[in-house]
Amino acid sequence: MTTSTKAAKIERLAELTAQNETSSGASLWREAFRRLKTSKMAIIGGVVIAAFIVMAVVGPWVAPHSPKALTWKDEVFLNRGEFVGPRGENWFGLDHLGRDMFSRFLVGARQTLLVGVVSMLIGLIIGAVIGVVSGAAATLGGAAGRRVDTVVMRITDIMLALPSLLLAASIAAVMGQSLTTVMIAVGVVQIPIFARLLRGSMLAQGSKDYVLAAKSLGIRKRRIVVTQILPNSLSPVIVQATLSLATAIIEAAALSYLGLGNPDPSVPEWGVMLSQAQRFFDNAPMMAVYPAVGIIITALGFTLLGEAMREALDPKLRG
Amino acid sequence: MKTKKVTAVIGTALALALTASACGGSDDGDGDGKKNNGKKAVADAALEAVVNQSTERGGTVTFEHSDVPDSLDPGNTYYGWVQNFSRLYGRSLTSFKPAAGAEGLEIVPDLATSLGKPSADAKTWTYQLRKGVKYDDGSEVTSKDVKYAVERSNFAPEALSNGPTYFKAYLEGGDKYKGPYKDKSPEGIASIETPDDHTIVFKLSKPFADFDYLATFSQTMPVPQAKDKGAEYVKNIVSSGPYKFESYNEGRNAVLVRNPHWDKKTDPVRPALADRIEVKFKVNPTTVDQHLLNDQITVDAAGTGLQTKSQPKVLTKSAEKAKTDNPYAGALTYLAMSTKVAPFDNVECRKAVQYAVDKASVQQALGGDTKGDVASTMLPPTVNGYVKADMYPTEGNKGDEAKAKEHLGKCGQPNGFTTNLSARADRPDEISMATAVKASLERVGIKAEIKTFPSGKYFANFAGNPSYVHEHKLGLMMMAWGADWPTGFGFLDQIVNGSAIKPSGGNNLMELDDPKVNAALGEGIGMTDADERTKKWGEVDKLVMETASAVPLIYRKNLLYRPDSATNVTVTQAYLGMYDYLLIGTDKK
Repeated sequence: MTTSTKAAKIERLAELTAQNETSSGASLWREAFRRLKTSKMAIIGGVVIAAFIVMAVVGPWVAPHSPKALTWKDEVFLNRGEFVGPRGENWFGLDHLGRDMFSRFLVGARQTLLVGVVSMLIGLIIGAVIGVVSGAAATLGGAAGRRVDTVVMRITDIMLALPSLLLAASIAAVMGQSLTTVMIAVGVVQIPIFARLLRGSMLAQGSKDYVLAAKSLGIRKRRIVVTQILPNSLSPVIVQATLSLATAIIEAAALSYLGLGNPDPSVPEWGVMLSQAQRFFDNAPMMAVYPAVGIIITALGFTLLGEAMREALDPKLRG
Repeated sequence: MKTKKVTAVIGTALALALTASACGGSDDGDGDGKKNNGKKAVADAALEAVVNQSTERGGTVTFEHSDVPDSLDPGNTYYGWVQNFSRLYGRSLTSFKPAAGAEGLEIVPDLATSLGKPSADAKTWTYQLRKGVKYDDGSEVTSKDVKYAVERSNFAPEALSNGPTYFKAYLEGGDKYKGPYKDKSPEGIASIETPDDHTIVFKLSKPFADFDYLATFSQTMPVPQAKDKGAEYVKNIVSSGPYKFESYNEGRNAVLVRNPHWDKKTDPVRPALADRIEVKFKVNPTTVDQHLLNDQITVDAAGTGLQTKSQPKVLTKSAEKAKTDNPYAGALTYLAMSTKVAPFDNVECRKAVQYAVDKASVQQALGGDTKGDVASTMLPPTVNGYVKADMYPTEGNKGDEAKAKEHLGKCGQPNGFTTNLSARADRPDEISMATAVKASLERVGIKAEIKTFPSGKYFANFAGNPSYVHEHKLGLMMMAWGADWPTGFGFLDQIVNGSAIKPSGGNNLMELDDPKVNAALGEGIGMTDADERTKKWGEVDKLVMETASAVPLIYRKNLLYRPDSATNVTVTQAYLGMYDYLLIGTDKK
């Protein structure tokens, strides 16, 4: 995605709440939820996500075998290209060290979800703080506030201009190899998106009559922001959070694949599994297929739900 | 040869090698294996014989390499394959005998008329040069050119930084001389004397009985001072061997043609069969394998064997398998234990690890018996001084949990402990082996967390940096090592001698500073009797194993492939188990 379309998409999402002149935030959500329930996209996305979360939560307990033990090491012969495919005992077959792929897949789901959620939260929280400051300054801060807003927004523009994976890889390379690094790197990439989104959404609310009314009643600015503008600006952020989970999972997997993730490669994680499978692709392509399909379907689930939520919230997309 | 550079090569490619037959067992190819004196060549035939022997001259021998050389300048290289290859256009004082099997480890005089004549204390070494050896411009090689070659290669890191600096370390006053580019005095370093044009004398600061091995280095290939342009010399290398450069394109290719001034009568070592030699760099590794299998090229220059991907293609067909050789690569993969990180400062805990490690599973993780044999000594079988031994034997090399626990008890850690295990992130085979080590240690309660680091900084910043090791409690470290020259001293000195412990970039990862080991190494290198010396290296190996500070895991092996058109093919143990590039010819005309 180029910078301009990325920024434009954020602006568009930010405007969603403002477009609905008549309804309050609460009824907008009620209507949106009604529409969501009938959206096939949303249902499919929801089911996929639910399945993924269940797998991540219970996976380590239901995994049939140890994901780390080289239990069947004597059955895999790398030098002759002899691998073990799916069978009764090992549903997904064995990996290159004779470990149960199915167990690694199940346990790996938890790592993948953990990285996705934590990095999304990092981006959301820091981004939201910046967005609130910038949005509040722009709507209610007068000339000085607008200058603050301009500076903050130009910084986020610069961050948005960098390709996200490149930015994440650079951060990870500087900080050194660890799971925390991956979470922070992927999270940082999300910061400008959330900041810009919330700020745009708040600007759209700032010109509303109810804000004007609150101002003329003499309510303090801080209170107007917290009790009036912010609650009405949050819906696009929630949509973005869902979409961000998809990109966070993909980017975290990409960093692990590039070897910037958990330094202990015996810990199962889908990106690491994909990276390890690469060497044996000629002889054992299925080793790569399981984690790849896992990543794709999970990311697709979050994207479907996010897009469905966006549509449900956007009056212009109503059928 | 070189440690980091060559092991980098070994590590990646060698790591990917696998082979036809189980350790040395040969397999009769029933296909159209190349004829060898009327017999069909079989798998591993080139380990003990010259396959497809020929004296027929002519044709073009083609090399391909997936990477570039550090330099083709004989005075600026550390890569094992360049040491092997440079002998085509340069003549060192001594060289390894181009012969099959263990004979290939013998040193023979090359530019010199005989091996070095040592003084009784092994501190002064004298060589006589052959008369009538000429450069490609027709001028005669003199001893001053050899002296100059040693000076530029060892003392001028500002221009030529790639090569080893053993001459600098051992020559008298080597620490003071500034090299020929800075020190313009006509006499150069005083400890190399050239009393006449055909005599050269090296005076060392300490006894060094392996000096004839140093003399095999490409650094003793003569360089006429008038033609030297420092780092630019590589573009116009002056040849003293049977081939000279017709063209050289940095990073792309080189073409060698016959040197009209080379005289076979002065050169007992080189058959010089081909009329032309071409080498291409930066060829995709899969393409190199493909070209080799299709008989489009003669040799993969890297000498580290077929990639994992290509191996099933030859191993599943007996006719193809018959064209493979599975030599030892002269390298050892081992698990180093830091004697300065608790609880490995206690020898009993180290012994527990010796017994706990399931070496068979490490071998399996690497790719099976064809990628290497289970090791039990520090010296690999193709290094002078190797003595077969196993101080910590376990059944089937699978580890012995009971014995490991017994030693854990003696160490005061009956329930095991936690530690860290380092490996190089960009070496998937090393990581696989570390994973197997970790799994086997877990059986006795030793929990090791794997930490991976980039190989480029593994020695400078991590495993080879004692303060990092102590601070981050890197008790266990994966390590691979190949000798700079194939003797016990060449292999062991840098990895077990207390004097090799450095604040950064060292290779003695165990920080082993054992007085008995240090003394035995010092004693051995002063012995001018070759047999006595060789015996000593076996003793050093045993002393190191007694400290239990390193677990030998795998003697590495490569899977080499000889195309039908290649003639005179044999593996040389002197150069990390590559084919001997001096002998190789082609029957494609």
